[in-house]
Amino acid sequence: MKLKSNIATSETGFIFNPSTGDSFSANAVGMEIISLLKKNKPLNEIKKHILDKYNVDEAVFEKDYDDYIAQLQFYNLIDTM
Amino acid sequence: MDKLRYERPSIKQMNAGLMNQYGLKTEYAPVLDIDGVPVKKIISEYGSPVFVISERQLRRNYQNAVRAFKTRYPKVQFAWSYKTNYLDSVCRVFHQEGSWAEVVSRFEYQKALRNGVPGKKIVFNGPDKREEDIITAIKNDSLLHIDHFDELYLTLELAEKLNKKPRVAIRVNMDTGIYPMWDRFGFNYENGQAWNAINKIMASGKLEFTGLHTHIGTFMLVTSAYAAAASKLCDLAYNFRIKFNKNIEYIDIGGGFPSTNTLKGSYLQGVDTVPSIDEFAEAITNTIVNYGFKPEDLPTLILETGRALVDDAAFLLGTVLATKRLSDGRRATIMDFGVNLLFTSYWYDHEISPAQEFTQNSEDMVVYGPLCMNIDVVRENINLPLLQKGDNVVVHKVGAYNMTQWQQFITMRPKVILIDMQRNVHIIRETETLDYITELEKVPQHLTETNL
Repeated sequence: MKLKSNIATSETGFIFNPSTGDSFSANAVGMEIISLLKKNKPLNEIKKHILDKYNVDEAVFEKDYDDYIAQLQFYNLIDTM
Repeated sequence: MDKLRYERPSIKQMNAGLMNQYGLKTEYAPVLDIDGVPVKKIISEYGSPVFVISERQLRRNYQNAVRAFKTRYPKVQFAWSYKTNYLDSVCRVFHQEGSWAEVVSRFEYQKALRNGVPGKKIVFNGPDKREEDIITAIKNDSLLHIDHFDELYLTLELAEKLNKKPRVAIRVNMDTGIYPMWDRFGFNYENGQAWNAINKIMASGKLEFTGLHTHIGTFMLVTSAYAAAASKLCDLAYNFRIKFNKNIEYIDIGGGFPSTNTLKGSYLQGVDTVPSIDEFAEAITNTIVNYGFKPEDLPTLILETGRALVDDAAFLLGTVLATKRLSDGRRATIMDFGVNLLFTSYWYDHEISPAQEFTQNSEDMVVYGPLCMNIDVVRENINLPLLQKGDNVVVHKVGAYNMTQWQQFITMRPKVILIDMQRNVHIIRETETLDYITELEKVPQHLTETNL
């Protein structure tokens, strides 16, 4: 799972897709995941990072992560291959 | 080091150009308590979902409505509309405040008597009054509001049989300039039916004709309709005075005042569009006062206001059962309450607030109830914070018609609690049980064993 290389992000949660002109905003956890995806981090590292930092169960995060990735795909922000 | 508070990852597409002049709400004030009692405490002690009624708000609404009318008109009497919410405790709050009872069935009539309302202070409306109901009402000297000629003739017959002169009024329907016109209750004004009914009553000599009643509609958003209705009733009362040289004792303008809930399909919020009680009072009392009655001949004004007095005094507390994503990408949130408890979600876009702190992030979602039925939609589209399983919510303004039209369907109906003036919490209706639900069932002998 990889963020498309041309996607521009800012630390404040702003995301811009220059190829479509669409812009997005993400919350703090959403932004962290995007920046880890941008660094090509694998799922287990992303998961560890979030579980270490936030007060959340693994099962809850896994469910939310899958849903979030589906959203990123829906918005055409990640390469599915 | 303490871990940070987690919030489900969320991304939202930013759309330019879709805002209207009112903008979009981006902050959600959580509702953490009701009348000073924490929502979380209520849920932990009484379960979820649970209906919560504020006695303070009930009394405040009633006193405000009484003030609105009594400061404008000398003789005002409220009669609590039982069908709006006939939980005994709710009725008794209004009766303690001085309200009579307005009932539309034998069941409601009996409830009113049990709640300590003297028979002569019960207004008996509705198209369904059986012979035994009319006999009871006559014996108790209640105000019988006759709905149709069949009822009129039956009442005449029973009055003779009982050798009593019952106090009756007629229900009058009329064109008040609103659509659809409610012409199913009572006798029509425009075609002379109402006047004809009055003449029959007076000619019989067996009934004490005391008043005129109308029920022009529900959730009325224009005060002018009430002015039109009051004017037509005054017209009948005035003609009655001329022909029979007697005064009508009262004009009952019925119910129908709206609450500040937002009707489905409405562009603006209910709080911005609904006339206040004072505006209704102004329209109605101005019409009667200026009609031309002598001050001593002014009829008592009876009001059967229900919804406007009780809706915003009740809340439904609930819990998120699950969140999911629909095929088109929309978020769906499943609550532990549905249309079975929140009947009014068919009519209103109910305001829903989170019951815990959230960030400013929010998302559009559809809110479903727990029923395995496609119709179980509480809100088709609402923007709320990022709710998760186990989060609590508060649904506002649920006091009218939900605790009477709720259904025992698929799940049991939950507790109803009342927060009194001293912030003490009382259970006023217990959670239903399997035994309660099946109490009236009977299983034939050949079905007693299933042998699976």
